[in-house]
Amino acid sequence: MNRTSRDVIGSLLLAAVLPFAPVQAGDDTGPAAEFKLPARTGEAVSLSSLKGQVVLINFWATWCGPCRKEMPLLEQIQKKYASLGFTMLGVNVEEDTTMMDAFLKDVPVTFPILLDPANGVSKLYNVAAMPSTVIVDRKGNIRYLHQGYKPGDESTYQDMIRQLIRERG
Amino acid sequence: MKRLCLALIGSLLLAGCSGIQPWVKPYERDRLADPIMSFDRNPVSGSYIDHVHEAREGARGASVSAGGGCGCN
Amino acid sequence: MRALLLLLVVSPVALAGVLPEDRADILYHYYDGGGIEIDGPSVLARAAVGEKVSVSASYYVDSISSASIDVVTLGASPNGYSEERTQWGVGVDYLRGDTTMSLGASTSDENDYQADTLNFSISQDIFGGLTTVTLGYGSGSDDVSRRGDALFSGEVDRNSYRFGITQVLTRNLIMGLAYEVVADEGFLNNPYRQVRYVDVNDARGYATQFEVYPQTRASNAAAIRAKYHLPYRAALSGEYRFYTDDWGIDAHTFEIGYVQPFGAKWLVDFKYRYYTQNAADFYSDLFPYVDAQNFLARDKELSTLQSHGPHVGATYTFFERQGDSPMKSTANIAVDNYFFSYDDFRDLRGGASVGNEPLYDFDAFVLQVFISLWF
Repeated sequence: MNRTSRDVIGSLLLAAVLPFAPVQAGDDTGPAAEFKLPARTGEAVSLSSLKGQVVLINFWATWCGPCRKEMPLLEQIQKKYASLGFTMLGVNVEEDTTMMDAFLKDVPVTFPILLDPANGVSKLYNVAAMPSTVIVDRKGNIRYLHQGYKPGDESTYQDMIRQLIRERG
Repeated sequence: MKRLCLALIGSLLLAGCSGIQPWVKPYERDRLADPIMSFDRNPVSGSYIDHVHEAREGARGASVSAGGGCGCN
Repeated sequence: MRALLLLLVVSPVALAGVLPEDRADILYHYYDGGGIEIDGPSVLARAAVGEKVSVSASYYVDSISSASIDVVTLGASPNGYSEERTQWGVGVDYLRGDTTMSLGASTSDENDYQADTLNFSISQDIFGGLTTVTLGYGSGSDDVSRRGDALFSGEVDRNSYRFGITQVLTRNLIMGLAYEVVADEGFLNNPYRQVRYVDVNDARGYATQFEVYPQTRASNAAAIRAKYHLPYRAALSGEYRFYTDDWGIDAHTFEIGYVQPFGAKWLVDFKYRYYTQNAADFYSDLFPYVDAQNFLARDKELSTLQSHGPHVGATYTFFERQGDSPMKSTANIAVDNYFFSYDDFRDLRGGASVGNEPLYDFDAFVLQVFISLWF
């Protein structure tokens, strides 16, 4: 193969991966935007009704592998901290709920699953990756934003939750 | 000519990355994540069919199943 | 090479890419066309090791019986032959942030041809995951021998370079572009095949001599493909590939497809493919005299030909479990039918006068039956 082709390929490779402006992430400070969403079972939930508690909002979908992996670990976190002034909200972004129902049959959770099929709340929170995790303190301010899920992230969530639980409302 | 092509491709890729926001949000990717939208849903079948073609036709390359291909006669 | 190392340093660890799924496929393939029957297994298994690495292994066999028209009419064994080709492969994928690096090696063995290949590719998700850029390089080394001729040996060196982009255009539409350059060097023809030239002294009206091919072949192929998700759960696909090489062959490939699931368990897919190429510069079905050109070929693969036909496939999911580590098993069947027709390759069976034999064509039937497991 001649050097021209090799040069072209090398240049394309470099051009394709040079650092670029990061995708606009959600704001990771400031008051958490208010929303009210129907729950999968039970009554609708509004974020303002949970003021005074630490809230973890997790945006997820069944078609997203890391979201599925994360779910049982989120359930463990919910069980551990629910009685300490903490609640978790799983916001499902899918239009079609059949996949979600099948998934939750195999991976049952005790925290509310809220339905956002029109993606209004996802837009409100500028969700830029799946999954996205937002942790809100007792005063209703966003204190932590995390995009994606990698094993080990759940311990970072727990550190944050413990810290925020200790703060007064 | 070669340098012009490289500069053009490079600047296109860089320009595309800096100002424009992704217009399909991550939470809107459900249909794209559906296996029916995959170009090569069953790789073992795809590479076999590619082999059937390559062994009988003159053309080779740029098929969906990437890489490989033995040079058998 | 330095460019690739630089890539490892500068690639930003932004949104995470995903390793390929853990999966095993066991396939049985069967081909029947043009006097040849080929069947055998194809097995592929892939599993993740930890969170960043995925390994794969493959095994493939072609059991060939009967003989193609060119072996029967002008080849070394008029009664046909049977042969077996076995191919083993291994691969490893490494995921780092949005970048996936893949390395693969395979070796193919038959009694007169041995081919070893090495493939490396690097894939990067950019632009919020809407775009994926892939670069690949492959290198192959073949050893050619000729049955019944212990003194003969040939070698082939192959290099291929591949560039691809997949781009999400809308919520329902994804597009792919691929460009591949292949360069071969060495003994590139079939060591048994003969060309024919007019010879009034021969009872057949023609005599034969061995093919002579150039020592190099460089080709370019560019393809564009798209998949569109319909308003209900089904997808349309389309593909066009243009091919050209320095042997004078230009080829066009068109393919359209439709896939539709039915309920939670069934899926059906259809495709139609049309392929056309023109002959290589040094190809001829009948040369005017011996040594008519520097290079001589009568391989029907290098002639002016069209191949077209449908594909139908069905998939049945007999086990599925959602959940944090989903499992699924499917049973699949696929049938392809190809019609090959040649504009300048003649069927020498039967007793037509030299140069007036009918143009060759044949039907090929391809069957695949396979089971896939996701774990």
